[in-house]
Parts: sequence; structure tokens; C-alpha cells
Amino acid sequence: MLHTPLADTKDVAIATSALKKQYKNGQFPVLKGVNLTIRHGERVALIGSNGSGKSTLLKCLIGLHAVNEGSVQTLGETFGSMPTAAQRAQLRKQTGFVFQKHCLVKRHSVLSNVVHGMLGLPGSWRAFTQATAPSRWRAKAMSALEDVNLADRARSRADALSGGQQQRVAIARAIVRGPRLIIADEPAASLDPVSGSEVMQLFSEFAQARGITLLFTSHDMDHAAAYSDRIVALKNGQILFDKASREVSDQDLRDTFQ
Amino acid sequence: MSGVSPDLRSRFSGMSSINFVLILVVAAIVLSSINSVAPSLGQLADGLPSMINLLDRMWPPNTDANFLTRVGMRLVETFQIALAGAAIGIALSLPIGWLAAKKVSPIGPASWLVKAIISLLRTIPDLVWALLFVVTVGLGAVAGTMTIVVDTIGFCGRFFAEAMEDADKEPQEALAAIGANKVSILMGGILPDAAPSMINTALFALEKAVRSSVVLGLVGAGGIGQELKAAFDLFQYKNASAIILVIFVIVLVMEFITDWLRSKLQ
Repeated sequence: MLHTPLADTKDVAIATSALKKQYKNGQFPVLKGVNLTIRHGERVALIGSNGSGKSTLLKCLIGLHAVNEGSVQTLGETFGSMPTAAQRAQLRKQTGFVFQKHCLVKRHSVLSNVVHGMLGLPGSWRAFTQATAPSRWRAKAMSALEDVNLADRARSRADALSGGQQQRVAIARAIVRGPRLIIADEPAASLDPVSGSEVMQLFSEFAQARGITLLFTSHDMDHAAAYSDRIVALKNGQILFDKASREVSDQDLRDTFQ
Repeated sequence: MSGVSPDLRSRFSGMSSINFVLILVVAAIVLSSINSVAPSLGQLADGLPSMINLLDRMWPPNTDANFLTRVGMRLVETFQIALAGAAIGIALSLPIGWLAAKKVSPIGPASWLVKAIISLLRTIPDLVWALLFVVTVGLGAVAGTMTIVVDTIGFCGRFFAEAMEDADKEPQEALAAIGANKVSILMGGILPDAAPSMINTALFALEKAVRSSVVLGLVGAGGIGQELKAAFDLFQYKNASAIILVIFVIVLVMEFITDWLRSKLQ
């Protein structure tokens, strides 16, 4: 089924219209009609208490979870329930996704984990390990590791690195294909405060320097305020407020988390 | 005597009457089986002189050079059956285990069907498979190798599938988010995590293959077992004892090698 674009794709990176998501019939809906628009190059923090629907929304945006009602437009691809296979391929080619727990393949080398970022591309069967990957992909992976200051650990096993370093590897994996959009689900949540701030700064600098749209969730209000242009608060599956980061007040935060 | 303490009263409180009856039924079956087929002390006493007589006829083992050369040739064939059968079986178990692994299988819910086939391969004993292959492809090592292949798939298919099911899900989700297809997720996310367990299983399969291959000859499927059967059939007990000793050494050496490999891989 063809879907009408929700917004002008030149300006808008992400747009959702009356997005609803329910995991099982009869269960309480996780998202209850979310309307959200994010322009290209914006850095947006998604905040909300546990169970407010933040992670679900992120996964719906790139078709990792099916939508029950409403539609999604991500990087010009408009879809209802789920993107088509071609749309999904197109989306994932241009999107870097970073999880809370970095999700690296522990027994593989750091370089292999970054090369995994190429797995969605044509001919990517060679990218399951750095040893079999084409030279140009290995070079791109090394360049991404240099960007996150981990080029000297390329041969180390992923589980030999600290939590902060592993999250930086996950960032390198997310940026290795040169994405237009980075979606990060609580990227600093499993890290100590110093490593967490380093990771968030890295994200923020990348996004700003390369004009990448950044959408991340966070429970840390300092991170949300410091590394985003806009803060969107979700409460009980609905948007509570959508404001410029500098305009968010203590009362807004109390309303969000109480 | 004072009243029974509550702790003593509660000792058997967890057992339902159904469980109690089940335990009685199982005990009755075990006792009746022992009564029917286990040797009595009288039978053991009667058999002892025959056993001593047999051991006497087996000692000393035959060390004739020609005989040992023939046994050596059979030994090489036994190893070939075990190695070729285990290698082919392990290689085939990889895709079969993947198809059977719940939640990661590319055929989705139909994975139970593959699991059922693996169970069938595993539940039929190797000597029965050997008999079937001797009938279909004839006497000799090929039947033995085919038996080991099937036996290894029955063993490795199940444990490979379980190792893949238990592999860390988070990297798989991350690779799926990147756009990796099922094969890429298998190669990049599942196999690296499941590899230690799968290598362990493969080494056990090799050990098992060597043990199986020495007896397959008893039903004509090649290897040193054929020589053993001939020795007993022709009452050449000194030959039989030499072959039994050789089998003992082979199995011991194989277990030593696989134990050493396992310790190196951990």
C-alpha cells in the first residue's frame, strides 16, 4: 500500500502521524497517537519514565517493530504497519542504531564489530568478520575507529574493552556507513558518569560536524539538556511537551516523571 | 513423649499421593526387571570357571607381526571411518542445527520438524543404522562412515541447535537493526557466541565416533570390529585379546587428545 508523504522530505528527517502501538490485543497501548516531526540535522532528546514508550517509538521509526495505527516517515520512506523490504533496506542503509548495552559480538575483534556495520549492504555476506571483508570496508571501519579514538584497539577482542570503550565501538559501527540519521536508545545508561558524558559528547560532535540527525533517549536530564537542540517528553504513550532544550523547566521535568 | 515438632511433621508434606503412587510403580518395575534379567549369585558362581577359562585362553595376546600388521591396517580404516564420518556429520549439523534452532531458524515455526528428524536420527542406535547401511550399500567401510555421519548429525544437530538458541540475543538484534539478513546474523552474531559450545560438542562427537567405529565391524560395517568378530567366531581368543587391548589404547588416546584440545580451547 502506498502512503502519502507526511512532510517535505527535503526538510524533514522523521515525521509520525497519530502513531499507535500495542504489543498484544487487549494489552494497554504503549504509544497512543504520537505526532512528532524532526528536521534534518536536529539533535533531539526523547525523555520519559520507564514504560513511557521511548524505546518502542525508536524501534517503530526504523521498522524494527510494527505499528498498529498511524504512519511513519523516516528519511523519505513513508510506511504504515511495517516498511516494505526495499524501504527497510533503504532505511537501514542510512540509519545508525545504537543500543543501551552496545550489543557487540564479544568474541569478535573490535574491527570485526565495526565491519558488521556494513552487513545490510549488497554483497555484505563478506562483512561478518574483518578477515573476509573487502579492503575498502576495512579501511572505512578503521577510519570510524579513528573517529572514536580506538584505532589502536582494532585487533583487541570486544569484551576486553571497558564499557565506555565498547559503547564507542558501537558508535563506530553505527557511523561506518555514513548515516544521515543516528538513533540511540539510552546510549549512556550502562556507563559511569564520566564515560557516559564522553559518549554523549562524541555523539553530539559527530551529529553537529556532519549534519547528521540525532535522536536519542535518556534518563539523564543533564545529558538531554547539554547534547540536544530539542527535548520531547513522552508520558503514558503520548507527547507531554516538545520544546527547545533551553526552555525546559524544572516543572516540565516534574510533570514528566511524576 | 512430648508432641511431634512441626518441622518433623512437615518432612514429607511436599509429596502428593500421585507422586507417592508413581514412586511405588517405578520401584516395582525396577525390582521386577532385576528379578527377571539380572544374574543371580548362583549364576555368577556357575559362570566364574568359564570366565577364568576364557581369560586363560586369551592370554597372552597374539603379538605375531603379520597379525599385528593386519590389525594396524584395520585400525587405520577405523580411524578413517571415524574422522570422515565425524567431519561430514559435523559439517552437515551446522545448517541442520540452524534450521532446528527455535527463534533463530530461517524456517520459523517449522523448526520443530527438523528437531523431530534429528531426534529420530539420535534415538535409533548406531548398530541399527549400520545394519541398514550394510543392507543398502553393502559390507565395508562406506556403510560404517554413513553410520557415523547419521549418528553425528543426531548428536551435534541437537546440541548445535541448543547452542544457537542460547547465543546472546542483543548482538543479533543490533545486527538486525543494521539491516543484516538471517545468514549474516548467523555468521556475524550467532556463530561467534555459540562457537565454544559447538567446538566442545564437535570434540565429543569425534570421541563418540571413534568409540562407535570400533564396534561397527561387528555387523559388517568395516573397521577393527570386523577383525574382532572374526577372532571370536573362529575361537582365536589370543587374537581377540590383542584387538581388545588395541581398542582400549585407541579410545584412551582419543579421549586424551580431545581432553587436551578442550582445555586449550577454554
